[in-house]
Amino acid sequence: MNVALLQSMFGEHTLSVLVWLPILGGILLLALGRREGAPEGLRLDRIIALAISVLTFFLSIPLWTKFNLSTAGMQFVERASWIRTFNVEYYLGVDGFSMPLILLTTFLTPIVVLAGWESVQKRTAQYFAAFLILEGLMIGVFSALDALLFYVFWEAMLIPMFIIIGVWGGERRVYATVKFFLYTFLGSVFMLVALIYLYLKSGSYSILDFHALPLSLTEQTLIFLAFLFAFAVKVPMWPVHTWLPDAHVEAPTGGSVILAAVLLKMGGYGFLRFSLPITPDASSELAWLMITLSLVAVVYIGLVALAQKDMKKLIAYSSIAHMGFVTLGFFIAWSILERTGSTAGIAMGLTGGMIQMISHGFISGALFLCVGVMYDRLHSRDIDAYGGVVNTMPRFAALMVLFALANAGLPGTSGFVGEFMVILAAFKAGFWYAFLAGTTLILGAAYTLWLVKRVIFGAVANEGVAGLTDASRRELFVLVLVAAGVLGLGLWPAPLADVMAASVDNLVIQITQTKLEFAQ
Amino acid sequence: MNPLVLDLVTAWPEILLSGGLCLVLVVDMFLKDSQRDFTYLLTILLLAGMAWVLLGDGNNAGQTTLAFGGSFISDPLARVLKLFAVAVVATVFLYSRPYLRVRGLHHGEFYVLGLFGLLGILVLASSYSLLVSYLGLEILSLSLYAMVAFNRDSPVAAEAAMKYFVLGAIASGTLLYGMSLVYGVTGTLNIADLQASIAGGNAASLSLWVGLAFLVAGIAFKFGAVPFHMWAPDVYQGAPTAVTLYVGTAPKLGALALAIRILVEGLGQPAVSDLWQLMLAALAVLSLVLGNVVAIAQTNIKRMLAYSTIAHVGFILLGFVAGSPEGIQAALFYTLVYVIMATGSFGFLVVLSSRGEDVENLDDLRGLWQRSPWFALMMVLLMVSMIGVPPLAGFYAKWWVLSALLATGNTGLAVVGLVASVIGAYYYLRIIRLMLFDDGGQAHAGGVPLDARVVLSVNVLLLVLIGLLPERLLELCARAAALI
Repeated sequence: MNVALLQSMFGEHTLSVLVWLPILGGILLLALGRREGAPEGLRLDRIIALAISVLTFFLSIPLWTKFNLSTAGMQFVERASWIRTFNVEYYLGVDGFSMPLILLTTFLTPIVVLAGWESVQKRTAQYFAAFLILEGLMIGVFSALDALLFYVFWEAMLIPMFIIIGVWGGERRVYATVKFFLYTFLGSVFMLVALIYLYLKSGSYSILDFHALPLSLTEQTLIFLAFLFAFAVKVPMWPVHTWLPDAHVEAPTGGSVILAAVLLKMGGYGFLRFSLPITPDASSELAWLMITLSLVAVVYIGLVALAQKDMKKLIAYSSIAHMGFVTLGFFIAWSILERTGSTAGIAMGLTGGMIQMISHGFISGALFLCVGVMYDRLHSRDIDAYGGVVNTMPRFAALMVLFALANAGLPGTSGFVGEFMVILAAFKAGFWYAFLAGTTLILGAAYTLWLVKRVIFGAVANEGVAGLTDASRRELFVLVLVAAGVLGLGLWPAPLADVMAASVDNLVIQITQTKLEFAQ
Repeated sequence: MNPLVLDLVTAWPEILLSGGLCLVLVVDMFLKDSQRDFTYLLTILLLAGMAWVLLGDGNNAGQTTLAFGGSFISDPLARVLKLFAVAVVATVFLYSRPYLRVRGLHHGEFYVLGLFGLLGILVLASSYSLLVSYLGLEILSLSLYAMVAFNRDSPVAAEAAMKYFVLGAIASGTLLYGMSLVYGVTGTLNIADLQASIAGGNAASLSLWVGLAFLVAGIAFKFGAVPFHMWAPDVYQGAPTAVTLYVGTAPKLGALALAIRILVEGLGQPAVSDLWQLMLAALAVLSLVLGNVVAIAQTNIKRMLAYSTIAHVGFILLGFVAGSPEGIQAALFYTLVYVIMATGSFGFLVVLSSRGEDVENLDDLRGLWQRSPWFALMMVLLMVSMIGVPPLAGFYAKWWVLSALLATGNTGLAVVGLVASVIGAYYYLRIIRLMLFDDGGQAHAGGVPLDARVVLSVNVLLLVLIGLLPERLLELCARAAALI
């Protein structure tokens, strides 16, 4: 069956299909379970999982190809009444911010399935089912335009993630997963209060209605802080980042990939969809706080990353530092406006932050995959346990070095584009912002290249490394796919920037207009 | 129509139930122990008939009828509560049979007492006079005391029953005393007259306030709200699990009816409602905090669920504190959803225990996923719903109460409720954790009869269904409590 035929079958319901196909697929897998003792080659669970995730990816391509670049309005909209008593709708749609994130999700899920192809041995059907359900929920988060629907997807995601870390994770998995759950749950309940408040003010749960709602500064500040609680935990921003290293280290490879590549982006997406357009004045008032927290993340967490002995932990801290760039790019806007008096640089900061999110999705995902490949062989994440891997795994080493360079922000890779744009925007806001943000180029290079030096290069460190076999074709295929994304985005970022251009311009208008004069 | 006939028609469900349960009682006396299934079938048949009668009443859905001199009411709220109570009691019986049989406890008394309790709940739901409320409450309570002591050979159960009886008698006394004070001030027992009397300026009286305090204490006891919660953990733990299942579910509907009829309808005038709302706010906060925190320390699941009940009651009371019609609707919705969740959770324990050994310690559940994946999945969904994570029904219950609180400006209480439920998430997660992440443990569901499996699955999937499409139940609650 070809893609065009499927498209014509589903027609107007692209987003619903993307949300529900993986979820139903996951439920199907749960129902089938795994027939114990089935021959390795005939394991139906992983074949079904791969088929569903690949199908979902192909079905998501029309979001890109049919995307109308000239409008900031919502596209692929589906709207139906869901809870009439409260004016809650089943309201889906995408714009230039959410569409790339959905594609990132659908692209990475098959990769995660492939990454768990052999390495997951325990309760495989449930493992793949959890990831498929998670995929549907993540797409739901990015496409929901009704606040309550958004919250439902947002919270529901906690359950599969809780189970993924808890069942298939490392030694301290229970501690890590409970911490993850409670941290994010506490963060999001405050968002619920803010959403209900906005509903009581506007009489609807539509996020777009929230955007147009006039609010006084006090209201905005409280709502902003409630959102901040939820999104800062997800991003995560310093000082509420402490759950992430634990969760990352203990999660199985696939869990780490999804956590770093997609889940963290929900925090950034939340700022774009909720905080900035709904509470522009409070965002402006509190931008100093956000910039400070972002710069602390970039500089301090960068230093923390240098001190790590565990590969996954190092990448986790590197993620926090890189996400600091995202929030910096978003909240630098008002400083630019104040200093230059024009909105020219604001769009660059927002676009840079968005590109950084997508790029970080590829790079951090790839790095966790690399660690996974090594971990499957030696069952250790300690940097000390490795050394001279290039001698025994040359092909793998080449790819890992590529991803490491991308993580350090080498021009030509996707890591460069976002950071460069954010630093440029920061220059418009002030030299010191740019200077502090620029330290990431040094710190990022330092901890990533040092990691590569200790793990990949040098003489063969021990017998374990000497006995390594190079990455299998499946592993190489997965890594090459991601590498293509990293290089493609790095060499030719224009299509991605074009996709979000209209939405960025619209957001610039939204955040530079005060909502106060309309409020009583 | 002759007024007496009209009265009898209005009370038709109660009359049918009273007649039916006498029939069950008499028939059961002539049966041998091996023939108890006949009692069971007769009971289920009676409940099905009840459900049919109550559903048939849906023709005059929006209608309100007063009977017996205005002391008995049939309105949408009463019908919703009755229908739910009948369904819950029937579900309890469906769960319990294998559990009781394997322990040699499969006696007719269980069903007869359960039906008597149901009668009490129905009377409470339709009561429109303080005295009728008291009557309903006593029918319910006395049946519950006897049910807790149902296993005569168990000293723990006897102790629990004794405690329950003594404390319950005190609470009933308190309630009665409060009623007499209210009667003394207003000169009426009838809810409608009470309303009028207080609106007419009878509010500013110290005796009324004292009476109100006693009423609130009595109601709080029946709900199991802190500081009147002491009986709940012991009774839940001490009673046979099948009885805990009963005690922990259907009577909550009766307590809700008691609170709505007396506090909201009878004493709903702002002059007094401010006062009881303040008292309930204190009870709610205490219940939320204490219930959730103490539950963390429990190792016995029944005891843990008792504290979890206390915490949920805190949330229900918050709906009353909001004071708006929406708050009452939210409290009603919360109670209905909670009763479904509690039926599932205790039902899960009953089903797992129906192989002989009691499954009631947390450690028993370790690794359940490997032995009985479907049951583990059901329990995971139940716990997720209890935490209040969408897309399960428990989320909408919390959401509506919060919505009502925020709409009336009680932001502080809303935040307390939310933070308490985050704390509460910890012990629900622990159950998920034990079942999914750990190994060891004994409990499994091998050999559990098909009907019990089906009931559990339907019970849990109902929560999923309400979670995905909450509109129907939300609207039902909104309409039921709209006329108050």
